[in-house]
Amino acid sequence: MFTPHTKEDRDAMLRTIGIDRIEDLFKDLPADHRNPELNLPPALTEIEVLTELQDIAWANDTTRELVSFLGAGAYNHYSPAVVDAILRRGEFFTAYTPYQPEISQGTLQAIFEYQSMIAGLTGMDVCNASHYDGATAVAEAVNMAYHNFRGKRPKVILSPGVHPHYRETVRTYTHDSEVILAGDQGEVAEDAGPEALIPLIDDTTGLVVVAYPDFFGRIHDFTELAEAVHEAGALLSISVNPITLGLLKAPGEFGADIVTGEGQSLGIPLSYGGPYLGLFATRQKYVRKMAGRLAGETIDNRGQRAYVLTLTAREQHIRRDRATSNICTNQGLLALAATVYLSLLGQHGLRQVAELCYHKAHYAADQISGIKGYELWSDQPFFNEFLIRCPRPSQEIYEHLLEHNLIAGYPVGNDYPGFENYLLIAVTEMNTKEDIDWLVAGLEEVSNG
Amino acid sequence: MAEHLMCELSVPGRIGFQFPDPDVPTAPLPEGLLRDDLPLPELAEIDVVRYFTRLSQLNHSVDTGFYPLGSCTMKYNPKINEETARIQGFANLHPLQPIETSQGALALMYHLQLWLNEIGGFAGTSLQPAAGAHGELTGVLIIRAYHRSRGDTKRNKILIPDSAHGTNPATSAMSGLQVIELRSDERGNVDLEALREHCDDTLAGLMLTNPNTLGLFDENVEEVNRLVHEAGGLIYGDGANMNALLGIIRPGDIGIDVLHYNLHKTFSTPHGGGGPGSGPVSVTEELVEFLPDPVVDIVEPGDEEQGVPPLYGLVAPPQTVGRVKAFQGHFGMFVRAYTYIRMHGAEGLRNVSEYAVLNANYLLALLRDTYHIPYDRVCMHEFVAEGRWADAPDIHALDVAKRLMDFNFHPPTNYFPLIVHEALMIEPTETESKETLDAFANALIQIAEEARSDPEMLKSAPHTTPFGRLDEVKAAKELVLCCVPQYEKL
Ligand SMILES: Cc1ncc(COP(=O)(O)O)c(C=O)c1O
Repeated sequence: MFTPHTKEDRDAMLRTIGIDRIEDLFKDLPADHRNPELNLPPALTEIEVLTELQDIAWANDTTRELVSFLGAGAYNHYSPAVVDAILRRGEFFTAYTPYQPEISQGTLQAIFEYQSMIAGLTGMDVCNASHYDGATAVAEAVNMAYHNFRGKRPKVILSPGVHPHYRETVRTYTHDSEVILAGDQGEVAEDAGPEALIPLIDDTTGLVVVAYPDFFGRIHDFTELAEAVHEAGALLSISVNPITLGLLKAPGEFGADIVTGEGQSLGIPLSYGGPYLGLFATRQKYVRKMAGRLAGETIDNRGQRAYVLTLTAREQHIRRDRATSNICTNQGLLALAATVYLSLLGQHGLRQVAELCYHKAHYAADQISGIKGYELWSDQPFFNEFLIRCPRPSQEIYEHLLEHNLIAGYPVGNDYPGFENYLLIAVTEMNTKEDIDWLVAGLEEVSNG
Repeated sequence: MAEHLMCELSVPGRIGFQFPDPDVPTAPLPEGLLRDDLPLPELAEIDVVRYFTRLSQLNHSVDTGFYPLGSCTMKYNPKINEETARIQGFANLHPLQPIETSQGALALMYHLQLWLNEIGGFAGTSLQPAAGAHGELTGVLIIRAYHRSRGDTKRNKILIPDSAHGTNPATSAMSGLQVIELRSDERGNVDLEALREHCDDTLAGLMLTNPNTLGLFDENVEEVNRLVHEAGGLIYGDGANMNALLGIIRPGDIGIDVLHYNLHKTFSTPHGGGGPGSGPVSVTEELVEFLPDPVVDIVEPGDEEQGVPPLYGLVAPPQTVGRVKAFQGHFGMFVRAYTYIRMHGAEGLRNVSEYAVLNANYLLALLRDTYHIPYDRVCMHEFVAEGRWADAPDIHALDVAKRLMDFNFHPPTNYFPLIVHEALMIEPTETESKETLDAFANALIQIAEEARSDPEMLKSAPHTTPFGRLDEVKAAKELVLCCVPQYEKL
């Protein structure tokens, strides 16, 4: 498949090489292991493979067939037709990292636009061309802070409100290193505000990581925390959901040193968990400490404005074992998706979708907390997601409502012991009032078993 | 012609996309937490479509021309992949949905795990890693966890051949290992003498790229693996070059303990202008329990006679190194790789590698008399030539690369591997025709002549591309990394 060689081509090529058979090219390989019999299903044609995959996909019930209030780090937003139309241009998706700027200005200028928009949204000075996802972006922030202080400030404080997967990823990354993790091991209560982290900060602390909104959907003002962090000489990293930033203050305004985030909500399909988009932005003074690719503006030898990958001496292909990160391939195409999404929506559209999410979530929260036995966990402001205490274990409620094709949210008991009765509910512009009313009716019906 | 930036095209009041009005009563907004600026452009839909379409036309891509970028396997990406990945039942599936509602996705992942085991000769696979480098990190963490589980805590050094990709040493340093560089011998193999010096009880393992980055199959591979294993270390296989080996040899059969695949190279998922990748990691039986959390497994057996399929679920391996990212991995890439493997079968995959190696050796044969080949023997899917000649002292590989653009070819990888001076690393892939290879060879031969007769032609190249050479010093000095214009306040 997909090889254009005719028999004549092949024979002519073998003659030019000076051999009789293709097998002669593999003589350097251990003979007793050559040409294994692979046990794979027989080849299908395009028509057959499409049918097979449609059949497989049919066994899934998606956010299109179900009514879903599932968020917890991945959100069911609308992606305008323009986004995929641009992504499908082969000139974008079949190119690679723009190592040769003369013939890669499309990708490079798009990266520059991406850097500009994410820097603007987050209130930071610079942004890299992407990390793998929201989780690994936090791990890279930890890495960067550790190197920034040359290992002298190994303590990293993780708020328990940071997504559980992100904290687990940081643990995996730092397991064999000198980094000491604190903050999410019961030192502070889940319902405490960011100020509760302040007593944990000491002169070995290099980084404090919080989330905006946090895993429970809450919005905090981090100004006071930022002051305490900076007073102690440490850095503050805020993990964001960028849709939120269409409405709410940029983390830069609170004094963040690093802003990371999961960019999936910017026009990227749910696709069962990936590929998504790791956002990473920081202050100008840390730009040389930041990992990842960067596009910078310059001119070409004809005097035209143009873009090129710059500060590459930070990266693995030059620094090898002294690079701060090993990242090479990133999430280029997803960064393009986010760029097209933000360009199309513009300031009015992003504000509009953020407000829609906000209003719908608040309507849902109002209605649900009006049902007997249900109560909002926190009176802190929230964006489009909130935690509800249920009259029964939330897992039971969830399973019950699933039988009615309703995913009522995310039961958080597995991630937060003691929270077995809590359900995390996300609402986006895709949920209609009718969906919400149905959720409310469902929750009411199952409230007493 | 340079394209304007969006901030320059923005016109106050233009709308690109309209959302519906809220169908619920509105709630008061949180005063004091609202932002009063939103620095995004204001454009109509047509502005956005034209802008990005025109940008796209400034790119070279596999769809528009030959892209022999060594080590990157820029093969043709079948269009059907893009259809299957967008099937509604995959694209709109939430990663935290209950397993009862995502059996299709889990079954697909389960089978892809099995097929990657089969192709590489391994016992278990994690699909979670996001790219090759991420797979490396996962693999090295697995190696460390394995030694630790045996109470073997002294093993803190890892051997990496000097021909290795930069991600190998960067990965090892990230996981706290001391990196020791191993020299290559005159045939491009791992130098066994150098290896023996380091085989002791502090050895965690060795990272081997095979075929290596010279495009050569390491003739000492079995001896290398034996020596490292005897010393108690494990072998990490950088599978970036698996495009040479499908159905030809299985790394697990010749002693590799952990290997990452690059689905974005070998299995035809698109490179996306820099990503996404996907870097599944496969391991031997004794390492299965350390794989990242989660892997897909059967949690309730089915009944074939009754036509009841098994129930697939997400399972944490008993001694898992933990999660390496959120959720399950780059599922959209799994669908594409599944489609690709399914359309090839065993025979088709072997053909892929045979033709990849045939194409590389054919090009090598055409170029051998014109370009110096520092390690000249039968190559695998790629080879490395030198872009320099004694009688053209001012010419560098970079000049050859830039001049190639005038012929509508993407240049080969430059200046890697580091052990070759002025390296041009050429990987044609199996999807290119003889005509394309002939034209490419002719261009390179003409360029070699020009290097002597008209060096300025190379020095000032490219000439026919929309942009000429860029001032990289200016970019690094001025560091203009974004344009955040002052738009009107909301
Ligand atoms: C030999 C080799 N190893 C590792 C990598 C890293 O893979 P990735 O870019 O997917 O992280 C590459 C990629 O370019 C490579 O060529």
